Formats: sequence, C-alpha cells, structure tokens
Amino acid sequence: MLTKSSARIFFLGGTIVTFVIFIGLSWHTLSRDVPQKTHEENITPAVIAGKHLWENNNCMGCHTIMGEGGYYAPELTKVVERRGEAYIKAVLSSKTPWQPRGRKMVAYGFNEKETQDLIAFLKWVGETDLNGFPPKPKYKSTLNTK
Amino acid sequence: MKYKSQKVAYWFFALAMLLLALQIVYGFIMGFARVGHDVLHDFIPFNTARAVHTNLLVVWLLTGFMGAAYYIIPEEAEEELVSVKLAYVQLISLAIVGVVAIAGYHFNYWEGRKFLEIPRPLDYLVVINVLLFLGLILATLFKSRKRTTTSLVLTMGLVFAALLYLPGMIWFDNQSVDAFFRWWVVHLWVEGVWELILGGILSFLLIKLTGVDREVIEKWLYVIVGLTFISGILGTGHHYYFIGTGKTWLIIGGIFSALEPLAFLGMVLFAVAMYRKGEKKHPNKLALSWTIGTAIVAFVGAGLLGFAHTLPQVNLYTHGTLVTAMHGHLAFWGAYAMIVLAFISYAMPNLTGRKLYETSRGSYAFWLSNIGMLGMTAAFGVAGVAQVYLERKMGMDFGDVQNEIKVHFVVLILCATMFATGITLYILEFIRYGRPTDEALEVPPQRAAIS
Ligand code: HEC
Ligand code: HEM
Ligand code: HEM
Ligand SMILES: [Fe+2]
Repeated sequence: MLTKSSARIFFLGGTIVTFVIFIGLSWHTLSRDVPQKTHEENITPAVIAGKHLWENNNCMGCHTIMGEGGYYAPELTKVVERRGEAYIKAVLSSKTPWQPRGRKMVAYGFNEKETQDLIAFLKWVGETDLNGFPPKPKYKSTLNTK
Repeated sequence: MKYKSQKVAYWFFALAMLLLALQIVYGFIMGFARVGHDVLHDFIPFNTARAVHTNLLVVWLLTGFMGAAYYIIPEEAEEELVSVKLAYVQLISLAIVGVVAIAGYHFNYWEGRKFLEIPRPLDYLVVINVLLFLGLILATLFKSRKRTTTSLVLTMGLVFAALLYLPGMIWFDNQSVDAFFRWWVVHLWVEGVWELILGGILSFLLIKLTGVDREVIEKWLYVIVGLTFISGILGTGHHYYFIGTGKTWLIIGGIFSALEPLAFLGMVLFAVAMYRKGEKKHPNKLALSWTIGTAIVAFVGAGLLGFAHTLPQVNLYTHGTLVTAMHGHLAFWGAYAMIVLAFISYAMPNLTGRKLYETSRGSYAFWLSNIGMLGMTAAFGVAGVAQVYLERKMGMDFGDVQNEIKVHFVVLILCATMFATGITLYILEFIRYGRPTDEALEVPPQRAAIS
C-alpha cells in the first residue's frame, strides 16, 4: 500500500520534472516561435501605441482578441480583413455609442492618430499565425449581410 | 475555536460576504445588458461591470482563503498568531486597495488585461499586502515546532500564489507574449496553486468533520496535489493553442490538460471515501454538505466542463465563446466559492459559540445557490453551443448570433435570481451568528473531543 512518504515523493518529483519541461518549452516558444509567428519585426511604434490604447481603455472587457477577452462584442483578430479600415475608423471615431446590431460600444471618439494606431495594432494582430484561429466557417451564411 | 487569535478570521469572512454580494450585483448588470437593458451604459459600461465582477470574485475568494488560513494555521501549529494587530492592518489595507481598484474601473483607470485589470501602482500595494499576510503566517509556523502536512500544503499554495502574481505585472510590446504570461497567473492559479489551497482547506475540514485519521487524509492530499501539478503545469498549454505560439502546445497542452480532471476526480473520491469511513461524525451537517459539495461540483465544473473544451480540435471552435463562460462559472463556484463557504459554515459556530448546525435557512441557502448556479451554467452552455454552431460553423455575423441567443440570457437571469436568493440566505445566516467571542474558546480538557 502507498505510504505517505512515497506520496510526498510523487508530489515533489512530479512537480519538479514537469516544471523543468514547462520552462524549457516556454523558453523555446518565446525565443523562437513567437517572434516568427507574430512577425515581431512588424511591431512598429504605431502598433505599440495602439496596444497601449487597447489596454488603457480595456477593449478586452467586451471584445476578444486572439480569442481572449469578453464575450459581449465581436472577436477582433480578423476585423480589418472582415470590415476594412474605413468601417473600423467609423466605429472608433464615433461620438455616439456604436450599435448597428443593438449592443452599445463605448463612444470613444478617438482622433485621427489614435484611430490609426489602433488600426495598426488590429492589422498586426490580423497577420499573426494563430494555428488556424479563428476557424473558417464551413458554410457561407446568407444572414451575413451587414 | 482553540486560540484567541483565530477570531481575526471572522472579519475576513465578513469582508468576503460583502464583496460576494457586490459581485452578484455586477453580474446582474451584465445579465441585463445582454438582454438589451444596458441602462447603466453611460456609468457602468459592460467592460467596467465585467472587470468589477471578476475582480471582486478573485478578491473575495482570496479574502476567504486568508481568513481560512488565519483560522487554520494557529490550530494546526498549536500556536497563537504572531500578531493579531498586524492581521487587522493587513485586512484593512486589503479592503482599501480593493475599493480603490474597483472605484478606478468606473473611471477608465485600469490595465485592460482580462482578470489582471488592477493598474500597476496598485499592484505594488497588493504585493506589499500579500507579503504582510505571508509574513504573519510563516512567522507563526516557524515559531511552532508542529508543522502538519495540511498546514504546509496550504502555506505552499499561498506562497506560490503570491509569486505567480509577479509575471502578470510585466509589460510586453507583443500581444502574444502578454497573453503567454497572463496565463502564468490565471491558469497556474486556478489549475495549480489554488488547488493546493483548496486541497489544504479540504483536508483540514475532512479531518475535523469526519474524524478520519490525519495520516490517511494527508497521504491522499499529497497524491491529489501531485496529480494537480503533474497535469496542470504542462496543461497551461491548453491556452497556448491559438495565441501565436508553436504547434507543440497543441499536443502537450492537449494531453496534459486532458489529465487535469484526474485531480478533481481524486478529490471527489477522497472526500466521499473519508465521509463514508468517518465514524466520529461532527454535528455540523451544513459544513459537511458544503465540503462534500465542493468536491463534487468542482469535479463537474472544472473537471468535466473543462475537459469538454480542452482538446485543440474542440477548442478551435469554442475558444473565446460563451462555452468558456459556462465552464468559468461552475468551476469557480464549485472549486473556490464553495470551499470558502464551506469553511465559513464550519468556522462560524466555533468562532461565535452559536451552534446553528442544521437550520432550514442554512439548507435553503445551500440548495438554492447550487441549483441556481447549475441553471446558470446550463443557460450559458446552451447559449455557448448555439453561438459556436451559428458563428463559427455557419459563418453568421457575431451580432446576429447574439440576437438569436438572447432568450438564453432571460433564463440566465431567472436562474441567477434563484442563486442570489440562496446567497442572500447564506449572508443572513452569517449575520445571525453575530460576532466572535472569547467565550467560544474551548477549554483544554475538551480538546480531546473533535471540534
Ligand atoms: C462596452 C463594450 C465595448 C467596449 C469597451 C469596446 N467595444 Fe468595440 N464594440 C462593442 C460592440 C457591442 C460592438 C458591435 C456593435 C454592433 O455591431 O452593433 C463593437 C464593435 C467594434 C468594432 C467593429 C467590429 C465588427 O466586427 O463590426 C471594432 C473594430 C471595435 N468595436 C473596436 C473596439 C476597440 C478598439 C475598443 C477599445 C478602445 C472597443 N471596441 C471597446 C462593444 C465594445
Ligand atoms: C477550479 C478550476 C478551474 C477554474 C476556476 C477554471 C476557470 C476558467 C476560466 C475563468 C477560464 C477563462 C479564462 C480566460 O479566458 O481568461 C477558463 C478557461 C479554460 N479552462 Fe478552466 N478552470 C478550471 C479548471 C479547468 C480544467 C481542469 C480544465 C481542463 C480539463 C479547464 C479547461 C479550460 C480551457 C480549455 C479554457 C480555455 C477556454 C477558451 O479557449 O476560451 N479548466 N477556465
Ligand atoms: C447573479 C449571478 C451572476 C450573473 C448574472 C453572472 C453573469 C456573468 C456575465 C454576463 C459574465 C460575462 C460574460 C461575457 O463576457 O459576456 C460573467 C463573467 C464571469 N463570471 Fe459571472 N455571473 C454571476 C455570478 C457569478 C459567480 C457567483 C461567479 C463565481 C463563482 C462568477 C464568475 C464569473 C467569471 C469567472 C466570469 C468570467 C468568465 C470568463 O471570462 O470566461 N459569476 N458573469
Ligand atoms: Fe487553464
């Protein structure tokens, strides 16, 4: 029958082994995979400024990006591809809550530079290689109108 | 209660109750926004409500853990806390930092990273606060010669939880790297070190409530926390499928996270087996219901519903949808909310000397909150699955889909009302207990009896 001390060895040993593997894999990911898959060379000052705006306004509290965030508003990873820059500019600079489909976005009324920075950020995100996310729909729905 | 300093736990529990009530209010604000009554939009937009809802959750759970630790550590170490005064300082500063953070969210003062919205300057205050807490716990443990496995596992969980807060404080230019480290906090907390805290509290409660031999219980505690870390550390990979990381994680994350439910299964088997085995049953039936309930609901919410979307083939479609919200609610409720409520139910009669062991209000609180939460989970689940099919498979527009699934949020609100009724009863019962008193101290000869 299992003794308490062998149970303790199972706990400590298992933890140390998996932890070491985890750190190794993380190192590999951050030093090789991420720079390549996210095209780190394309992270311009505008992209960084856009990321600051993204964080300081907590856009993630409503939207997801790379599938992370709130589930209240559209996933934005591919939004530039889906809507185009002009549409996004209209959303971001709107002085009244943007709500064509009923739900309200905060009316940020961003100026030209802020809008460009955010678009640069969203464009950069849209070009990252996310292992196939978001998935391509199987069917092209007729309801996809607006 | 055996030591005077354990009384400080009461005030942590009282703060936890207050924050829980507020959390639910913000939950309703979001629920109503989702059915089209976003009436508070100008003052509390959805992102504010969400940040407040989830942060209050984390803070009341941590407050509950701290209270539990202040109760458990003296009893396990057989030693008064080194300083009760500092424990009050810690409580008050925690409350102040919390209130400032929550207030800031209403004025666009935050960091905008899900679950880690607390802005940097306040992060430092959190760190200081937690250091003070850990200092008190560790000093008490070191002063005593008695170090039980239960108290060590609990303390280890608390120390690691504090350490893991740090990676979440670093800023990166690359969104992928940001996300990568955000999970070191969020995932390694709930599917790693918090499970140690959960295991430690569970083990303490089972020792007290079932009367089973400590050696037997603590042996299984090691097995369970062993399973937790072996699966949970590499299981972090289930968040690294689609955020700009390599494909290795699809395999590693898939396999190891699929093993994570084993730790929760272990917990159920362990709790139920100890319950069956125990001969000297404690009269506090409510605490026992909450304790066994914790193990069962955690297994369903974290283990089964986590498994449901953890394989990469499934997660590709469910990633970042209401399916995640379904799992998040039942997992947090079962594993962490319930263990705190279980502990409070156990500790209150001992702290106050009022033995409200089997009141009908207490059992209504248990059943209404649990059934209400199961209903909420079902509502989120149905909405989530519909969303996955319509949006991700059929290619319907996000907004159109949300309008289609609105009705499930009416169900959510109804179930949430039932849930909130249960919590209200729980809080009323908490108030009925009154304040802790030294009269509730057990006198030494009675120490042999189970407490
Ligand atoms: C209170 C919640 C909320 C916040 C905060 C919010 N949004 Fe939105 N956003 C929405 C909603 C809801 C929509 C969809 C409106 C509609 O189509 O009816 C939307 C739409 C968008 C769109 C168009 C997406 C599409 O597919 O149609 C973009 C781009 C966008 N938001 C960017 C942002 C950015 C950038 C921020 C942060 C500065 C932000 N949003 C903050 C709720 C929010
Ligand atoms: C008590 C333990 C757990 C709690 C409290 C919990 C809670 C959560 C929460 C809140 C999220 C959303 C996080 C975010 O997007 O920031 C999440 C995501 C996730 N959880 Fe858990 N969880 C637990 C255990 C588990 C287990 C054991 C598994 C797997 C078997 C699991 C699988 C997942 C997966 C795959 C996601 C990602 C969902 C997505 O892609 O959107 N969870 N969990
Ligand atoms: C009255 C009860 C409640 C209601 C109406 C409610 C509603 C909600 C809503 C609408 C969201 C946002 C989902 C989105 O982004 O669209 C949310 C998020 C969340 N709630 Fe609640 N909630 C309630 C109680 C609770 C309780 C008791 C817990 C914990 C035990 C909890 C834990 C969470 C978590 C962890 C999230 C984040 C989920 C994620 O990001 O995946 N909620 N809640
Ligand atoms: Fe996870």
